Amino acid sequence: MAARLPSTDVVLLGAGLVGTILGRELTRAGLNVVALERGEPRSTVPDFQGPAMHDELRYSVRKALMMDTAKETYTFRNSGGETALPLRRLQGFLPGSGVGGSMVHWNGQTYRFHEADLRMRTKIDERYGKDFLPAEYTIQDWGVGYADLEPHYDRFEYLLGIAGKAGNLLGKKIPGGNVLEEQRAREYPTRPQKEPYGSAMFRKAAEGLGYHPFPQPSANMSEPYTNPEGLTLKTCMFCGYCERYGCEHYAKSSPQTVLLPVLLKDPKFKLRTHCQVQKINLDKSGRNATGVTYVDAQGRELEQPAKLVIVGLYALNNVRMLLLSKIGAPYDPATGKGVVGKNYAYQTMSAVQVFYDEKVNINPFMRSGANGTLIADFVADNFDHSKLGFAGGAYIGEIMTHGRPIEFHPTPPGTPAWGSEWKKAVVRHYNHTASLNVHGSSIASRRNYLDLDPTYRDAWGQPLLRMTFDFPENDVKMSAYVTERATEIAKAMGGQRVAGAPRKGPYTTTQYQTTHNTGGAIMGNDRLTSAVNRYLQSWDVPNVFVIGASAYPQNASYNPTGTVGALAYWAADALVNKYLKSPGPLVT
Amino acid sequence: MSKGNAPQPPDPARRRFFQAAGAAALPAALPLSSHAQGAKPAARAYLFFNPAEAAFIEAALARLIPKDETGPGALEAGVPEYIDRQLAGAWGAGERLYRSGPWHPGTPSQGYQLPFTPAELFRTAIRKINETNAGFAKLAAQGQDAYLDSLQKGNVDLGGVPSKVFFESLLEASVEGFFGDPAYGGNRDMAAWRMVGFPGAYADFYELVDRHGVAFNAPPTSLAQDARGNVHLLHHQRKT
Repeated sequence: MAARLPSTDVVLLGAGLVGTILGRELTRAGLNVVALERGEPRSTVPDFQGPAMHDELRYSVRKALMMDTAKETYTFRNSGGETALPLRRLQGFLPGSGVGGSMVHWNGQTYRFHEADLRMRTKIDERYGKDFLPAEYTIQDWGVGYADLEPHYDRFEYLLGIAGKAGNLLGKKIPGGNVLEEQRAREYPTRPQKEPYGSAMFRKAAEGLGYHPFPQPSANMSEPYTNPEGLTLKTCMFCGYCERYGCEHYAKSSPQTVLLPVLLKDPKFKLRTHCQVQKINLDKSGRNATGVTYVDAQGRELEQPAKLVIVGLYALNNVRMLLLSKIGAPYDPATGKGVVGKNYAYQTMSAVQVFYDEKVNINPFMRSGANGTLIADFVADNFDHSKLGFAGGAYIGEIMTHGRPIEFHPTPPGTPAWGSEWKKAVVRHYNHTASLNVHGSSIASRRNYLDLDPTYRDAWGQPLLRMTFDFPENDVKMSAYVTERATEIAKAMGGQRVAGAPRKGPYTTTQYQTTHNTGGAIMGNDRLTSAVNRYLQSWDVPNVFVIGASAYPQNASYNPTGTVGALAYWAADALVNKYLKSPGPLVT
Repeated sequence: MSKGNAPQPPDPARRRFFQAAGAAALPAALPLSSHAQGAKPAARAYLFFNPAEAAFIEAALARLIPKDETGPGALEAGVPEYIDRQLAGAWGAGERLYRSGPWHPGTPSQGYQLPFTPAELFRTAIRKINETNAGFAKLAAQGQDAYLDSLQKGNVDLGGVPSKVFFESLLEASVEGFFGDPAYGGNRDMAAWRMVGFPGAYADFYELVDRHGVAFNAPPTSLAQDARGNVHLLHHQRKT
């Protein structure tokens, strides 16, 4: 039997981006909050300091900041007909663990989604007709529009101090910013990052082709910035150790730099680390959560009663927590019925490389996590899809983040994988290669979903989450089209040779693509087709809120974190201003 | 910009970033080889490999990343020692590896599905190689390349380890050792970093990032380096 702890107002599952924002907003509203984190405590000093932090083997290759797959992992298969097997090591995507979550090791690329993303079903039907896409693609509206989220995007960007340049200020187009963005109420809090060499060559080539390049919005600081919490971030040094690393310079926005120093001083906030939540407990009605059961580092099973449960784990783990707790009907791909696990989506990535003459020093190691230049001309519905036969899009950018040589040693196609010829090619091309990223959307398909694995279990004896995924034909077509546009820009960048390939199936877990796993606990306006309502509140258990990229009905062209932050503030606003006044379903 | 337009060397105050913090994590001084001062190259000090395994590894590494006009190869850079220490330590023992069964071969998309830890995988595969191709280390370069190629492309069963899996593990470890920080035993003298122009654990390019095309010629820095730039680790091996 689990020992029962004193009750609290709120229990937070996970102390990452969502947990710390909700922790701050709910303690500010006067509630007592307990945060349960599976990993270790981490702070900028001493945990992220140089030179030890600049260790490619430890952090990039051995993945020191990530989830420990000896204890828990996911199982994977490309299609429902295969037997899913455990990901015995993390390679294809990298959920973090520990205080700060994945936001410790992120790059800081911070975007807003488009109205065409948030109302994808409606917008496609309106512009291209109801028969434009096959029925296989289960895309849905989110239940919120851009106007709902704008104030919350704004708040999140000012919490983080995002470096950027507005291109659409209240409808006024500003050249040099992203003129294709949805309108924003005010300028970014800090000026854009400095533009590296490869990015500058990309900008000129893209402009020459009639596109609209703009500086990448960045959570790596271009200048010192004090956020509304009174916390000060410092200037990014372009050290080239950003993604997969914590920032030693206080220059990357993360819970450690933008919220935790304030939150940890608040007596209403209690953080417990090395706590593995097993399930959310429900009362006999099944309509009310009574708290959670977790196992601490000593192996003791403890029950934490709470009036309100906020699930803010990594997107995949949010879905697993609902399934383990039997909250919401599990999705059944055979009938299309059920909601938990439905519309798992990812991101459709490809790259194009430009190989230069030896006189051109690209200096790939002088980079930050988000310091490039890109175009949004092929993002979302910014271009006419009527003759293209696919929905969605991608941004194209020279957004290189590092030159760490175990991971980065480009060679032209046709180079052998080892031997003297390989070595000579690496030496020849290392400092003379620029790379363009094509960062694309991921459509929802009825065949891609999440459920509990029937065979494999974690170290606590609980079933692992099973992922069934392959690239839908829509996204293969999208990648082919946009990668071709990227190749045209690459050819105009003055290199000697260009090489790239669009994304094709099957999706493989052995090659890192991105950690943008989305969906499975999606939001919407209909309880029959979504797991949470437009306020991220469980339809079935109204005192459970499930917040994160798990709520995305399909994934957009841009990186997802900006929208996770906006949804966290959107949900916090609904909790404080609606739910606390009258606890119960916010949508009936 | 021309090569002559090099940036100033790092400000000495910045060197505070690079004090030797990695040293404490390494094994205490290894015994000096009895050959260290002799005419013959010193025998390498191994924690994991037995002599037969070491003979294969050294011969294979000399072909995977050979010494040539671009600079030292894997052998000269200490990659055998790097792999040896990795296999002797937590990585070799299966750190962060999910090890519950049942085991199935799976599809290529599902990744590594063997029950072996890295240490078990190397030991098992090399034992089989040495049983079936004991003369590998003595073959001419062309013959060694042909055999390595057959491991990479063929599907030879090395005692339960598909040769392709073993080859890829060996190549991956070789690249890690060659390009990783010298604190781990490979990339001796930061030779691989010097070869490509990677500055290592250097932490500040703020003033250089927008000097487009600048030739960065300052020497690289390692986790294992002291404030004066001396690399203390493995100094006995550098006499070879």
